[in-house]
Amino acid sequence: MITNNNIEFLQNHIGIFIQALVAVGFVALVMVLTHIIGPKRKTDQKLENFECGIEVHGDARMPFSVKYFLTAILFVLFDVEIIFFYPWAVNFKYLAASGFLKILIFIIPLLLGFYYVIRKGALKWE
Amino acid sequence: MKTNVNFNIAEPPDGYKGPGFMATRLEKVVGLARAKSLWPLPFATSCCGIEYMATMGANYDLARFGSERMSFSPRQADLLMVMGTIAKKMGPVLKQVYTQMAEPRWVMAVGACAASGGIFDTYTVLQGIDKIIPVDVYVPGCPPRPEQILDGIIKIQELVKNESLRRRNSVGYKELLAGYGIE
Repeated sequence: MITNNNIEFLQNHIGIFIQALVAVGFVALVMVLTHIIGPKRKTDQKLENFECGIEVHGDARMPFSVKYFLTAILFVLFDVEIIFFYPWAVNFKYLAASGFLKILIFIIPLLLGFYYVIRKGALKWE
Repeated sequence: MKTNVNFNIAEPPDGYKGPGFMATRLEKVVGLARAKSLWPLPFATSCCGIEYMATMGANYDLARFGSERMSFSPRQADLLMVMGTIAKKMGPVLKQVYTQMAEPRWVMAVGACAASGGIFDTYTVLQGIDKIIPVDVYVPGCPPRPEQILDGIIKIQELVKNESLRRRNSVGYKELLAGYGIE
Protein backbone atom coordinates (compact mmCIF):
# COMPACT_ATOMS: atom_id res chain seq x y z
CA MET A 1 0.00 0.00 0.00
CA ILE A 2 1.46 3.34 -1.04
CA THR A 3 0.81 6.11 1.41
CA ASN A 4 2.22 9.59 1.78
CA ASN A 5 4.44 8.35 4.59
CA ASN A 6 5.96 5.69 2.36
CA ILE A 7 6.70 8.13 -0.40
CA GLU A 8 8.27 10.56 2.01
CA PHE A 9 10.41 7.78 3.45
CA LEU A 10 11.62 6.85 -0.04
CA GLN A 11 12.37 10.44 -0.92
CA ASN A 12 14.38 10.91 2.23
CA HIS A 13 16.38 7.73 1.87
CA ILE A 14 16.81 7.42 -1.89
CA GLY A 15 20.46 8.49 -1.53
CA ILE A 16 21.22 5.54 0.74
CA PHE A 17 19.61 3.10 -1.67
CA ILE A 18 21.57 4.53 -4.60
CA GLN A 19 24.80 4.38 -2.63
CA ALA A 20 24.19 0.78 -1.58
CA LEU A 21 23.41 -0.11 -5.17
CA VAL A 22 26.57 1.61 -6.45
CA ALA A 23 28.71 -0.05 -3.76
CA VAL A 24 27.43 -3.55 -4.48
CA GLY A 25 27.43 -2.88 -8.23
CA PHE A 26 31.04 -1.67 -8.18
CA VAL A 27 32.22 -4.75 -6.31
CA ALA A 28 30.34 -7.07 -8.65
CA LEU A 29 31.56 -5.21 -11.74
CA VAL A 30 35.20 -5.28 -10.65
CA MET A 31 35.02 -8.97 -9.79
CA VAL A 32 33.55 -9.79 -13.18
CA LEU A 33 36.03 -7.52 -14.98
CA THR A 34 39.08 -9.07 -13.32
CA HIS A 35 37.90 -12.48 -14.43
CA ILE A 36 37.45 -11.26 -17.99
CA ILE A 37 40.53 -9.09 -18.53
CA GLY A 38 42.99 -10.41 -15.93
CA PRO A 39 45.84 -12.58 -17.19
CA LYS A 40 45.46 -16.21 -16.32
CA ARG A 41 46.78 -19.62 -17.10
CA LYS A 42 44.67 -22.69 -16.63
CA THR A 43 46.77 -25.80 -16.79
CA ASP A 44 46.52 -29.03 -14.82
CA GLN A 45 49.79 -28.25 -13.06
CA LYS A 46 48.52 -24.87 -11.95
CA LEU A 47 45.03 -25.88 -10.90
CA GLU A 48 46.21 -28.86 -8.87
CA ASN A 49 45.35 -28.66 -5.16
CA PHE A 50 47.98 -26.79 -3.18
CA GLU A 51 49.14 -28.62 -0.10
CA CYS A 52 52.37 -26.74 0.57
CA GLY A 53 54.02 -28.50 -2.33
CA ILE A 54 53.45 -31.98 -0.96
CA GLU A 55 51.85 -34.55 -3.24
CA VAL A 56 48.12 -34.80 -2.74
CA HIS A 57 46.82 -38.21 -1.73
CA GLY A 58 43.30 -39.31 -0.86
CA ASP A 59 40.12 -37.31 -0.74
CA ALA A 60 39.21 -34.59 1.75
CA ARG A 61 35.70 -36.05 1.99
CA MET A 62 36.51 -39.23 3.85
CA PRO A 63 34.47 -40.49 6.80
CA PHE A 64 35.98 -39.98 10.23
CA SER A 65 34.81 -40.79 13.73
CA VAL A 66 31.84 -38.80 15.00
CA LYS A 67 33.61 -38.59 18.38
CA TYR A 68 35.68 -35.65 17.14
CA PHE A 69 32.55 -33.77 16.13
CA LEU A 70 30.74 -34.48 19.40
CA THR A 71 33.67 -33.41 21.54
CA ALA A 72 34.19 -30.25 19.50
CA ILE A 73 30.56 -29.18 19.45
CA LEU A 74 30.09 -29.88 23.18
CA PHE A 75 33.25 -27.92 23.89
CA VAL A 76 31.93 -24.93 21.93
CA LEU A 77 28.55 -25.15 23.68
CA PHE A 78 29.90 -25.22 27.22
CA ASP A 79 32.70 -22.81 26.40
CA VAL A 80 30.18 -20.18 25.35
CA GLU A 81 28.18 -20.90 28.49
CA ILE A 82 31.25 -20.14 30.61
CA ILE A 83 31.62 -16.79 28.83
CA PHE A 84 28.12 -15.81 30.02
CA PHE A 85 29.28 -16.36 33.58
CA TYR A 86 31.95 -13.67 33.42
CA PRO A 87 29.72 -10.57 33.63
CA TRP A 88 27.72 -12.24 36.38
CA ALA A 89 30.86 -13.15 38.33
CA VAL A 90 32.19 -9.59 38.04
CA ASN A 91 28.90 -8.17 39.36
CA PHE A 92 28.28 -11.00 41.82
CA LYS A 93 27.85 -8.78 44.90
CA TYR A 94 25.79 -6.15 43.11
CA LEU A 95 23.35 -8.68 41.58
CA ALA A 96 23.07 -10.51 44.92
CA ALA A 97 20.35 -13.14 45.43
CA SER A 98 18.19 -12.22 42.44
CA GLY A 99 21.21 -12.51 40.14
CA PHE A 100 22.06 -15.89 41.62
CA LEU A 101 18.51 -17.07 41.02
CA LYS A 102 18.63 -15.97 37.38
CA ILE A 103 21.92 -17.68 36.77
CA LEU A 104 20.48 -20.85 38.31
CA ILE A 105 17.58 -20.67 35.85
CA PHE A 106 20.17 -20.34 33.11
CA ILE A 107 22.47 -23.11 34.30
CA ILE A 108 19.98 -25.79 35.37
CA PRO A 109 18.71 -26.67 31.87
CA LEU A 110 22.31 -26.72 30.66
CA LEU A 111 23.35 -28.98 33.51
CA LEU A 112 20.45 -31.27 32.67
CA GLY A 113 21.81 -31.34 29.14
CA PHE A 114 25.27 -32.08 30.49
CA TYR A 115 23.90 -34.94 32.58
CA TYR A 116 22.21 -36.31 29.46
CA VAL A 117 25.47 -36.06 27.51
CA ILE A 118 27.35 -37.93 30.24
CA ARG A 119 24.69 -40.63 30.54
CA LYS A 120 24.64 -41.12 26.79
CA GLY A 121 28.39 -41.60 26.91
CA ALA A 122 29.10 -38.91 24.31
CA LEU A 123 32.37 -37.98 25.99
CA LYS A 124 33.66 -41.55 26.32
CA TRP A 125 36.61 -41.77 23.98
CA GLU A 126 37.50 -45.45 24.07
CA MET B 1 48.33 23.59 -2.77
CA LYS B 2 50.23 22.49 0.31
CA THR B 3 53.44 20.74 -0.62
CA ASN B 4 54.44 19.71 2.89
CA VAL B 5 52.53 16.44 2.97
CA ASN B 6 53.78 13.37 4.76
CA PHE B 7 52.98 10.86 2.06
CA ASN B 8 54.32 10.28 -1.42
CA ILE B 9 52.43 9.83 -4.62
CA ALA B 10 53.88 7.61 -7.33
CA GLU B 11 55.40 9.42 -10.30
CA PRO B 12 52.92 9.42 -13.18
CA PRO B 13 54.12 7.69 -16.34
CA ASP B 14 55.08 9.64 -19.45
CA GLY B 15 52.10 10.86 -21.36
CA TYR B 16 50.34 13.76 -22.98
CA LYS B 17 49.15 16.26 -20.41
CA GLY B 18 46.59 18.99 -20.82
CA PRO B 19 44.38 21.03 -18.54
CA GLY B 20 42.40 18.53 -16.49
CA PHE B 21 43.41 15.40 -18.35
CA MET B 22 46.31 13.14 -19.12
CA ALA B 23 46.68 10.53 -21.80
CA THR B 24 49.13 7.68 -21.55
CA ARG B 25 49.51 4.05 -22.51
CA LEU B 26 47.42 1.43 -20.72
CA GLU B 27 50.56 -0.67 -20.37
CA LYS B 28 52.22 2.09 -18.33
CA VAL B 29 49.26 2.49 -15.98
CA VAL B 30 48.89 -1.25 -15.45
CA GLY B 31 52.64 -1.54 -14.89
CA LEU B 32 52.60 1.25 -12.33
CA ALA B 33 49.66 -0.27 -10.47
CA ARG B 34 51.30 -3.70 -10.42
CA ALA B 35 54.69 -2.39 -9.37
CA LYS B 36 53.35 -0.55 -6.35
CA SER B 37 51.18 -3.40 -5.10
CA LEU B 38 53.31 -6.51 -5.30
CA TRP B 39 52.21 -9.27 -2.96
CA PRO B 40 55.28 -11.23 -1.97
CA LEU B 41 55.33 -14.88 -1.05
CA PRO B 42 58.26 -15.31 1.33
CA PHE B 43 59.86 -18.70 0.73
CA ALA B 44 62.29 -18.38 3.61
CA THR B 45 64.33 -21.48 4.34
CA SER B 46 67.33 -20.10 6.22
CA CYS B 47 69.20 -17.04 7.44
CA CYS B 48 68.20 -14.76 4.53
CA GLY B 49 64.68 -15.22 5.85
CA ILE B 50 65.73 -13.52 9.08
CA GLU B 51 66.96 -10.56 7.06
CA TYR B 52 63.62 -10.56 5.29
CA MET B 53 61.86 -10.36 8.67
CA ALA B 54 63.94 -7.29 9.43
CA THR B 55 62.97 -5.90 6.02
CA MET B 56 59.30 -6.30 6.93
CA GLY B 57 59.86 -4.71 10.35
CA ALA B 58 59.49 -1.08 11.31
CA ASN B 59 63.07 0.01 10.59
CA TYR B 60 63.19 -0.95 6.94
CA ASP B 61 59.45 -1.27 6.37
CA LEU B 62 58.70 -2.92 3.08
CA ALA B 63 55.20 -1.44 3.37
CA ARG B 64 56.67 1.77 1.94
CA PHE B 65 56.91 -0.09 -1.37
CA GLY B 66 53.37 -1.38 -1.27
CA SER B 67 54.43 -4.93 -0.42
CA GLU B 68 53.43 -5.27 3.21
CA ARG B 69 50.80 -7.85 2.42
CA MET B 70 52.58 -11.18 2.51
CA SER B 71 50.80 -14.10 1.02
CA PHE B 72 51.45 -17.63 2.20
CA SER B 73 49.29 -19.11 -0.49
CA PRO B 74 50.78 -18.95 -3.98
CA ARG B 75 47.31 -18.31 -5.43
CA GLN B 76 47.38 -14.70 -4.27
CA ALA B 77 51.06 -13.88 -4.62
CA ASP B 78 52.77 -12.29 -7.59
CA LEU B 79 56.31 -12.04 -6.27
CA LEU B 80 58.11 -15.17 -5.09
CA MET B 81 60.98 -14.31 -2.77
CA VAL B 82 63.24 -17.30 -2.33
CA MET B 83 65.44 -16.69 0.67
CA GLY B 84 67.80 -19.40 1.74
CA THR B 85 69.30 -22.73 0.83
CA ILE B 86 67.09 -24.88 -1.36
CA ALA B 87 67.88 -28.55 -0.90
CA LYS B 88 67.26 -30.76 -3.92
CA LYS B 89 64.35 -32.40 -2.09
CA MET B 90 62.76 -28.96 -1.71
CA GLY B 91 63.09 -28.34 -5.46
CA PRO B 92 59.73 -29.85 -6.57
CA VAL B 93 57.95 -28.00 -3.75
CA LEU B 94 59.44 -24.69 -4.86
CA LYS B 95 58.53 -25.45 -8.43
CA GLN B 96 54.92 -26.20 -7.52
CA VAL B 97 54.69 -23.01 -5.49
CA TYR B 98 55.97 -21.05 -8.49
CA THR B 99 53.69 -22.84 -10.94
CA GLN B 100 50.59 -22.11 -8.90
CA MET B 101 51.21 -18.41 -8.36
CA ALA B 102 48.86 -15.80 -9.78
CA GLU B 103 49.62 -14.38 -13.24
CA PRO B 104 51.78 -12.48 -13.96
CA ARG B 105 54.49 -13.49 -11.51
CA TRP B 106 58.05 -12.54 -10.69
CA VAL B 107 60.81 -14.26 -8.79
CA MET B 108 63.55 -12.82 -6.63
CA ALA B 109 66.46 -14.99 -5.50
CA VAL B 110 67.79 -13.56 -2.25
CA GLY B 111 71.27 -14.48 -1.08
CA ALA B 112 74.07 -16.61 -2.37
CA CYS B 113 72.33 -19.94 -1.72
CA ALA B 114 69.22 -19.15 -3.75
CA ALA B 115 71.35 -17.66 -6.51
CA SER B 116 74.06 -20.31 -6.79
CA GLY B 117 73.98 -22.74 -3.88
CA GLY B 118 76.41 -20.51 -2.01
CA ILE B 119 78.94 -22.27 0.18
CA PHE B 120 76.92 -25.48 0.04
CA ASP B 121 78.59 -26.98 -2.98
CA THR B 122 77.33 -30.47 -2.15
CA TYR B 123 75.20 -33.17 -3.70
CA THR B 124 72.18 -32.31 -1.56
CA VAL B 125 71.83 -28.64 -2.40
CA LEU B 126 70.36 -27.14 -5.52
CA GLN B 127 73.05 -25.03 -7.16
CA GLY B 128 70.83 -22.01 -7.71
CA ILE B 129 67.05 -21.94 -8.00
CA ASP B 130 67.29 -20.88 -11.66
CA LYS B 131 67.90 -24.57 -12.35
CA ILE B 132 64.18 -25.16 -11.76
CA ILE B 133 62.34 -21.83 -12.08
CA PRO B 134 63.06 -18.61 -14.00
CA VAL B 135 64.47 -15.84 -11.82
CA ASP B 136 64.04 -12.10 -12.47
CA VAL B 137 66.31 -10.50 -9.88
CA TYR B 138 69.23 -11.89 -7.90
CA VAL B 139 70.18 -10.22 -4.62
CA PRO B 140 73.80 -10.98 -3.67
CA GLY B 141 74.99 -11.38 -0.10
CA CYS B 142 75.38 -14.07 2.53
CA PRO B 143 72.97 -13.00 3.88
CA PRO B 144 72.19 -9.67 2.21
CA ARG B 145 71.33 -6.70 4.41
CA PRO B 146 67.71 -5.47 4.39
CA GLU B 147 68.85 -2.51 2.27
CA GLN B 148 69.96 -4.95 -0.41
CA ILE B 149 66.62 -6.76 -0.29
CA LEU B 150 64.90 -3.38 -0.65
CA ASP B 151 67.16 -2.66 -3.62
CA GLY B 152 66.08 -5.97 -5.12
CA ILE B 153 62.42 -5.00 -4.61
CA ILE B 154 63.06 -1.69 -6.39
CA LYS B 155 64.71 -3.57 -9.27
CA ILE B 156 61.69 -5.91 -9.46
CA GLN B 157 59.40 -2.87 -9.46
CA GLU B 158 61.36 -1.43 -12.40
CA LEU B 159 60.91 -4.72 -14.27
CA VAL B 160 57.20 -4.82 -13.47
CA LYS B 161 56.72 -1.19 -14.50
CA ASN B 162 58.39 -1.65 -17.86
CA GLU B 163 57.03 -5.07 -18.75
CA SER B 164 54.99 -5.28 -21.92
CA LEU B 165 51.43 -6.50 -21.41
CA ARG B 166 52.06 -8.96 -24.22
CA ARG B 167 55.26 -10.43 -22.78
CA ARG B 168 53.56 -13.36 -21.05
CA ASN B 169 51.90 -14.38 -24.30
CA SER B 170 55.08 -14.09 -26.36
CA VAL B 171 56.81 -17.06 -27.96
CA GLY B 172 60.02 -16.31 -26.07
CA TYR B 173 58.31 -16.45 -22.69
CA LYS B 174 56.48 -19.65 -23.56
CA GLU B 175 59.78 -21.20 -24.62
CA LEU B 176 61.34 -20.05 -21.35
CA LEU B 177 58.62 -21.76 -19.32
CA ALA B 178 58.70 -24.84 -21.52
CA GLY B 179 62.47 -24.98 -20.94
CA TYR B 180 61.72 -25.40 -17.23
CA GLY B 181 58.95 -27.89 -17.92
CA ILE B 182 56.30 -25.53 -16.53
CA GLU B 183 52.96 -25.42 -18.30
